[in-house]
Amino acid sequence: MRDLHGWPDPGPIRIGVYVCHCGANIAGTVDVRAISEYAASLPGVAVSRDYKYMCSDPGQALIKDDIASHDLNRVVVASCSPLLHELTFRRALNAAGINPFFLQMVNIREHVSWVHLDKRAATEKTQALIRAAVRRVSLHKPLQKRRVPINPNVLVVGGGIAGIHAALTLADAGKQVHLVEREPTIGGHMAMFDKTFPTLDCAACILTPKMTAVGSHPNIALRTYSEVVQVDGYIGNYKVKIKRKPRYIIDELCLGCQECIAACVYKEGKAPDEFNLGLSKRKPVYLPFPQAVPQKVVIDPETCIEFKSGKCKKTCIEACGERKAIDFKQKETFEEIEVGAIILATGFKTFAPVRNPNCGYGRYQNVYTSLEVERLINASGPTSGEVVLRDGKRPHSVGIIHCVGSRDANTNRWCSKVCCMYSLKLAHLVKERTGAEVFNFYIDMRTPGKGYEEFYDRLLDEGVHFVRGRVAEVSDWAVHPSEEGKLVIRAEDTLAGFVRRIPVDMVILSVGLEPQADAQDVRRLFNISCSSEGWFLERHPKLAPVSTFTEGVFIAGACQGPKDIPESVAQAGAAAAEALALIDAQFVEMEPYTASVLEEECSGCKSCIPLCPYQAIAFLEDKKKASVNEVLCKGCGTCVAGCPSGSIQQNFFEDEEIFAEIEGVLSYA
Amino acid sequence: MKFAYYPGCSLRGTGRAYEESLLAVFRALDIELEELDDWNCCGATTYMSVDELTSYALAGRNLALAERKRQDIVAPCAACYLVLNKTQHYMEDYPEIKLTVTRALAAIGLTYDNHVRVRHPLDILLNDVGLKAIAAKVKRPLKGLKVAPYYGCQIVRPYSTFDDQRNPTSMDRLLEACGAKMVHYSLKTRCCGGSQKGTLPEIGLDLIHYLLSEAHKYGAEAIATVCPLCQFNLESFQKESGDRHHPISIPVVYFSQLLALALGAPANKIGLQRSLVPIGSVLAEKEIAYA
Amino acid sequence: MPDLHTELARPQAVFEPRIVAFFCNWCTYLAADLAGTSRMKYAPNVRVVRLMCSGRVDPQFVLAAFAGGADGVLIGGCHPGDCHYQEGNYKTLRRFRLLQRMLRQMGIEYERCRLEWISAAEGDRVRTVINDMVEKVRVLGPLDLKLPEELVETILSEEVAV
Repeated sequence: MRDLHGWPDPGPIRIGVYVCHCGANIAGTVDVRAISEYAASLPGVAVSRDYKYMCSDPGQALIKDDIASHDLNRVVVASCSPLLHELTFRRALNAAGINPFFLQMVNIREHVSWVHLDKRAATEKTQALIRAAVRRVSLHKPLQKRRVPINPNVLVVGGGIAGIHAALTLADAGKQVHLVEREPTIGGHMAMFDKTFPTLDCAACILTPKMTAVGSHPNIALRTYSEVVQVDGYIGNYKVKIKRKPRYIIDELCLGCQECIAACVYKEGKAPDEFNLGLSKRKPVYLPFPQAVPQKVVIDPETCIEFKSGKCKKTCIEACGERKAIDFKQKETFEEIEVGAIILATGFKTFAPVRNPNCGYGRYQNVYTSLEVERLINASGPTSGEVVLRDGKRPHSVGIIHCVGSRDANTNRWCSKVCCMYSLKLAHLVKERTGAEVFNFYIDMRTPGKGYEEFYDRLLDEGVHFVRGRVAEVSDWAVHPSEEGKLVIRAEDTLAGFVRRIPVDMVILSVGLEPQADAQDVRRLFNISCSSEGWFLERHPKLAPVSTFTEGVFIAGACQGPKDIPESVAQAGAAAAEALALIDAQFVEMEPYTASVLEEECSGCKSCIPLCPYQAIAFLEDKKKASVNEVLCKGCGTCVAGCPSGSIQQNFFEDEEIFAEIEGVLSYA
Repeated sequence: MKFAYYPGCSLRGTGRAYEESLLAVFRALDIELEELDDWNCCGATTYMSVDELTSYALAGRNLALAERKRQDIVAPCAACYLVLNKTQHYMEDYPEIKLTVTRALAAIGLTYDNHVRVRHPLDILLNDVGLKAIAAKVKRPLKGLKVAPYYGCQIVRPYSTFDDQRNPTSMDRLLEACGAKMVHYSLKTRCCGGSQKGTLPEIGLDLIHYLLSEAHKYGAEAIATVCPLCQFNLESFQKESGDRHHPISIPVVYFSQLLALALGAPANKIGLQRSLVPIGSVLAEKEIAYA
Repeated sequence: MPDLHTELARPQAVFEPRIVAFFCNWCTYLAADLAGTSRMKYAPNVRVVRLMCSGRVDPQFVLAAFAGGADGVLIGGCHPGDCHYQEGNYKTLRRFRLLQRMLRQMGIEYERCRLEWISAAEGDRVRTVINDMVEKVRVLGPLDLKLPEELVETILSEEVAV
């Protein structure tokens, strides 16, 4: 049909066209010989061959030899998808001494021979694609991959088990790590647990050595009670601003002796203790928990008399004596650091069961969350390890309700993965401590890890009762005298086939895991995405679980999705390894598909600037022109398409190149 | 404040005490009501089970009538409230239903474009008038009268626009503002059986018994209800359910009767004389004068 | 004299639409590859031009395709929210809406220019969309753009920015 331009004079362009048979994969449908002959007839084509396996060593040798002997300066390979072998052939060109971007590939396998039955039509289509590629490749310009140096320091955000493990791994490898944690101490949720499943290891015993290692590691700069407030830059070159909240204690001078706490004018704590989830009270000056790292107290301005009235006796300062570590005038401070890679390990929060009114949390006092019970069981918790009700009495019967805030269309649809196991753990521990009858109400029993199913068996042997049924209601309404004074759990026992009413003294809600409340704010700060549920989004759910689509930013642990401790540690190690791989390469190579502004033609209309999702386009005030930051540019081409004057071009996807391809595919009848 | 008043069939029948007392409450609080002209039966829950599409058209006619004057509807009867709300929701969610109802209304020269809100008296009293305003107008404080607040199911499920689905507190707060004391009552929204007393009497009586005995257990001197059928069930079958379980006698009134009393309405004009289990002796004991 | 039976037996020449497709590298192109590895079969009328992002699709490409003889143009990108470059596909959508109206005014029917969101896992969708589009365009017939030669020259000319 139309070939309006005729064919432009190829001039010095000398193209080699290689048509792959791919065994019978291509040759079985496409007449490769005819294609090769057709290609030879096109202007600019100096050599045209067909060969059984172009990606093989002899296949590549064919190209390299031809480049030398036929003085080729452009290459077209018609074979499988470029997503498979573009790199292979680019390397071949490079090895042969010509710019690797003088290659154009034609997909005649996945897009032609494997999807069309009609051989004539397939061959015709191939001719059109070859023609397009030959026209396009003539216009290719030499390009270089960009190299950007990498700052070897790493920022780890979040001091839970994942953040701790990542920081230690990197620090042991000799890298400088900045570990930022928003609470006054590291440790995260794991520090609140008593025992960990399935081995019933004491959580503190396995965690505190790692915490101590972090606190004393020469390569880790630990910043607790701090938050990241600004992130600028790009892979290898991040500038991060950290805000340090005032403890009103001078870190370097506090020895953690806690005399100030003993001396405080408050004889008893009046403020709800956060670490004990409000089950006990603390004074305004406090240590979050005994093994806190760093071992430094904190003063809470909301509850301290000195802040409220300015008239406190300040017995704490007196007790601190010569150390003079207390400073009521302390202000928040800011610090800027430079790092090459960032690992986010910001963890999770638990589901707030008031959102699920049927379970009676907040309505009946003896309904607890699983995390609250962890604190009760913990020897350094609010009841010194005694599992007792609000009135101090021991429960004789306990109901544990699975899936509160998980697998629920009304609240969260996902399965929180760890609750079945921790519910079994709590069943065991509660039974051990109290001798009570324990009932677990579950939908399915999910125990997939190492030793997990065996742990379930053990519980069955210990005489814990299991009712397979979703709990409909927890109520104090007694129908039968035996229910008086108890909480009645109503659930359909689906295995037995009837509705049960089970009266218990204590109800434990196995609350699910959710993304942190500020997950959206955090992810925007670091320019990554979240899934629709709010978990940080991994680059690929199967093959890249710890990297994100933002290069240089990695994720690890429960912030990526509900998971248990071994998985969090594994991901932390993986993220650290990927960060190390990045850093130890010392520089990173970026594809050259970036955009650039042709300054003479830019009219300064600023249309392109808001189009860029990476804020890679700046407006140069002095020249009144747009300018693309090549390092920030990811090469999507949106600004190129949006420029009204056509003064932005994209490497390898220039307008002329695309137009040539369009003409090529259409100009064959 | 002006609303289109939709009494529904029950407030002119067994629920007369509800209407009398509620109108007294609205008068005392200067809320203007204009009875919806030519309103028809909403079909309640029964019609919907028989012929669903027609029931939406039936209920929809009332919405269309109210829309003509661009007035919001107050529907005191819990079933009417639910049916009207349901019709609105279903018309928005299901185009087929909207189409059917629109056609039916068009056949009688009416249209409906979802410009009407269907409100419950508790909602209006709590959110539009406010507890402070009501407390200021109390003339006969209820002097700690112990009340079990019984909401029933229809005004909180499935739609709970103004209160919690499991543990509602709107009625609690209104009555407390009048000086009453709510007793602990975990069965606030438990089913009274509805029409089951007629079809499956044993089950109906059991459900009624649970509600009565729980109120009695916590020392309630009266049960306050919002729904004519709940009120009917709980009051009328105390003897029968007593025979089946154990006898309990406890006055069952509408929340509006207690409110009207507190706001100073003449006691013989708020339907208290219609009660099968009179509340008079309880009020006398508490020296809540109502003569 | 040609044999009548042979003449009638020969299939009538069927109009085969020519469609140019612009597929984004990360989603739709991958999906097309997946359709290939899964050996799905579809109509051979579509020629794919690979771009990094559907956001790169300049309305001029579409015009050039129609001017160059295409009967249809298909643009494939990632689902909203999934764009590899965060938001490129939203920009595509905006431009596409305006472009369609413009094409309509030029006498090019809506069905000839199509925007589809196809994720990397949706190989089957590539097949169904292509087959569907080929049939729809076949029914519409060849695009008979009676543009004066000079105007076509100008559109395809590399010197003019539209």
